[in-house]
Amino acid sequence: MTEAHSIVPSDDLPAVHTPPSRETAVELIGVHKWYGEFHVLKDINLKVHRGERIVICGPSGSGKSTMIRCINRLEEHQQGTIVVDGVELTSDLKRIDEIRREVGMCFQHFNLFPHLTILENLTLAPIWVRKMPKKDAEELAMHFLKKVKIPEQAGKYPGQLSGGQQQRVAIARALCMKPKIMLFDEPTSALDPEMVKEVLETMVSLAEEGMTMLCVTHEMGFARQVANRVIFMDAGQIIEMNEPNAFFSNPQHERTKLFLSQILH
Amino acid sequence: MSLTFDDGTFIRTEMQTPLPPPRRNVGAIGWMRENLFSSITNSVLTLLGLALVVWIVPPLIRFLLVDAVWTGSNREACLGPEVGACWPFIKAKFAQLIYGFYPAGERWRVDLVFFLGVVLLVPLLVLSWPHKRLNSFLFFVAYPILAFILLTGGNIDASNFLFGHFGLIRAVAGDAGVAGVRLGFWLDFLLTAALCVAVAYAIGRLAAGSGRGAARMTAYAFAGLGLLTLLWDIDFGLERVETRQWGGLLVTLVIAVTGIVTSMPLGIALALGRRSQMPIVRLLCVIFIEFWRGVPLITVLFFATYMLPLFLPVGVNPDGLLRALVGVALFTAAYIAEVVRGGLQAIPKGQYEGAMAMGLTWSQMMRLIILPQALTLVIPSIVNSFISLFKDTTLVLIVSIFDFLGQLRAAFTDPNWATPVTLYTGFAFAGIVYFIFCFGMSRYSLFVERRLNTSHRH
Repeated sequence: MTEAHSIVPSDDLPAVHTPPSRETAVELIGVHKWYGEFHVLKDINLKVHRGERIVICGPSGSGKSTMIRCINRLEEHQQGTIVVDGVELTSDLKRIDEIRREVGMCFQHFNLFPHLTILENLTLAPIWVRKMPKKDAEELAMHFLKKVKIPEQAGKYPGQLSGGQQQRVAIARALCMKPKIMLFDEPTSALDPEMVKEVLETMVSLAEEGMTMLCVTHEMGFARQVANRVIFMDAGQIIEMNEPNAFFSNPQHERTKLFLSQILH
Repeated sequence: MSLTFDDGTFIRTEMQTPLPPPRRNVGAIGWMRENLFSSITNSVLTLLGLALVVWIVPPLIRFLLVDAVWTGSNREACLGPEVGACWPFIKAKFAQLIYGFYPAGERWRVDLVFFLGVVLLVPLLVLSWPHKRLNSFLFFVAYPILAFILLTGGNIDASNFLFGHFGLIRAVAGDAGVAGVRLGFWLDFLLTAALCVAVAYAIGRLAAGSGRGAARMTAYAFAGLGLLTLLWDIDFGLERVETRQWGGLLVTLVIAVTGIVTSMPLGIALALGRRSQMPIVRLLCVIFIEFWRGVPLITVLFFATYMLPLFLPVGVNPDGLLRALVGVALFTAAYIAEVVRGGLQAIPKGQYEGAMAMGLTWSQMMRLIILPQALTLVIPSIVNSFISLFKDTTLVLIVSIFDFLGQLRAAFTDPNWATPVTLYTGFAFAGIVYFIFCFGMSRYSLFVERRLNTSHRH
């Protein structure tokens, strides 16, 4: 299982110190969700401050992906309140679009658009959603491609890139919308071990700039280095939440201890 | 450098350099050995295939070219014991095969329509050509309007729109008119438009708080309809040619092109509707699709031509060709819808999520992300439907519309050309003509498929 391996060694990297503000970026209050009869999220309460980095871990099926996908309404919650950037998520399509404009997301399988070039992938949302002139959008796209260190790939199609490059393009694509919050749904789980590092480095540099981030990941080295708080979820509930040092060195709940003993060697 | 594996450990000291592949089976002999005679069974099959070619091709060439008659003015030329294809028959009937009974003096109009069609279609088909937007507008919007005016003569008799039916307008405007345009009709039209815009405004206001958008949409729709009607209503001095007089390749192409151009957007809309979250929309689309897929085209044409008038009020009698056109278009749309649905289902969920997460609206997502990929996937099946539509146009014969094949069969009855080979010649010619169109579509679709295949490019 590659996802349990931590590629970034935790000891020799300095921790990122960008203090979060007291302003709330995302707030989940008593959120419940069911898939048919199955109760997948149970009473989730979470407050994320602006500039805060949260890492969410837990076994498969624990609801961690579902939780962050509720934040940009890729999944609908049935009970409770979710407030993103001061806007409450309801079934109102206008509000959903408004929130999605401000929240970037990266997926496990990148979800790049294979029929468009890298540059077109990046400029699509700025042009159609932000109504930016094409030229400005391309400039912006090249800026972010440079930032993820692959400007030379702009004219290629996603299928011609390696997994790590594709995931960095996906990050750049999300950044082109100048999001206030970034969601990462297991961004390195589908990658070969050699490519995990380049993606994590991109995410670390994003963290250094003070981006509000919610990451579902099993990269514990990344969690230690970047996170302000680590959340452990199981069976649709938040089991434990703590700052990384305490979380890893002194887990409280039995379930957390078991989980950590299995993924840390 | 020798390495032994006896002790179970190994450390590479030198990296291998890439070598060219082994040179075996090269040249024509090698190719034949590999592809034609690789085994006993394959050798036998190859020889059988060769025998089949020898058996079919030379007689065909002899009939069509060597023994064929090329000149002559009546059946006398094509009588004889060893006579091949009777090409003078085709020459004599050529105009009829192309234009049907279209008046001889007006055939330049058909030629012009054909010419414009080719001039506008070719740049549209060459993918690398610029100005696609203008080109599509000209071909899909301006061309049909112009073709309608040219082929029918325009000057439709627009007399009553809405109020006219209640005898309200004539009293005011009388029968005054300019250039074939009746003023009463336009007074009627404007009044109706104003009324509809007002109603749309009121409904929009009640339902969504602001009626501006709804009113504007309605106004645009009426403006478009008005412009269209006006263009068709003006008397350009062209002689009116009833669709009953149309025929031959003209009718075949009119039905095929209209069918293709209208069934495509309709089919896409139906496919999207069938996958919609809204249960009533979904149900309506399913009913529509299953209905049209469940009845044969012949039944549709027959119903549209002979049964429909029984249900329509007296005096309302849509043109025969128009009825066939609508039938063919709706019939094909149902098939296209299912093909497109197959393409939509093949698009991974991640593409939808990727698009939604970026804040694209539903229509942007469909237009920019999902449909381009889905349609590229189903090009072979779509072209399949179009080819079968092209060939199915011959069925309009049973409702007394004489398409290309219909005209050909009518030509067979001419005693002037009654020879033993007339039938064979005619059908051979028809076969060649249909083949050219269908094969052309098929090759073009392969070209487009290769051009658009970016997703699997590595």
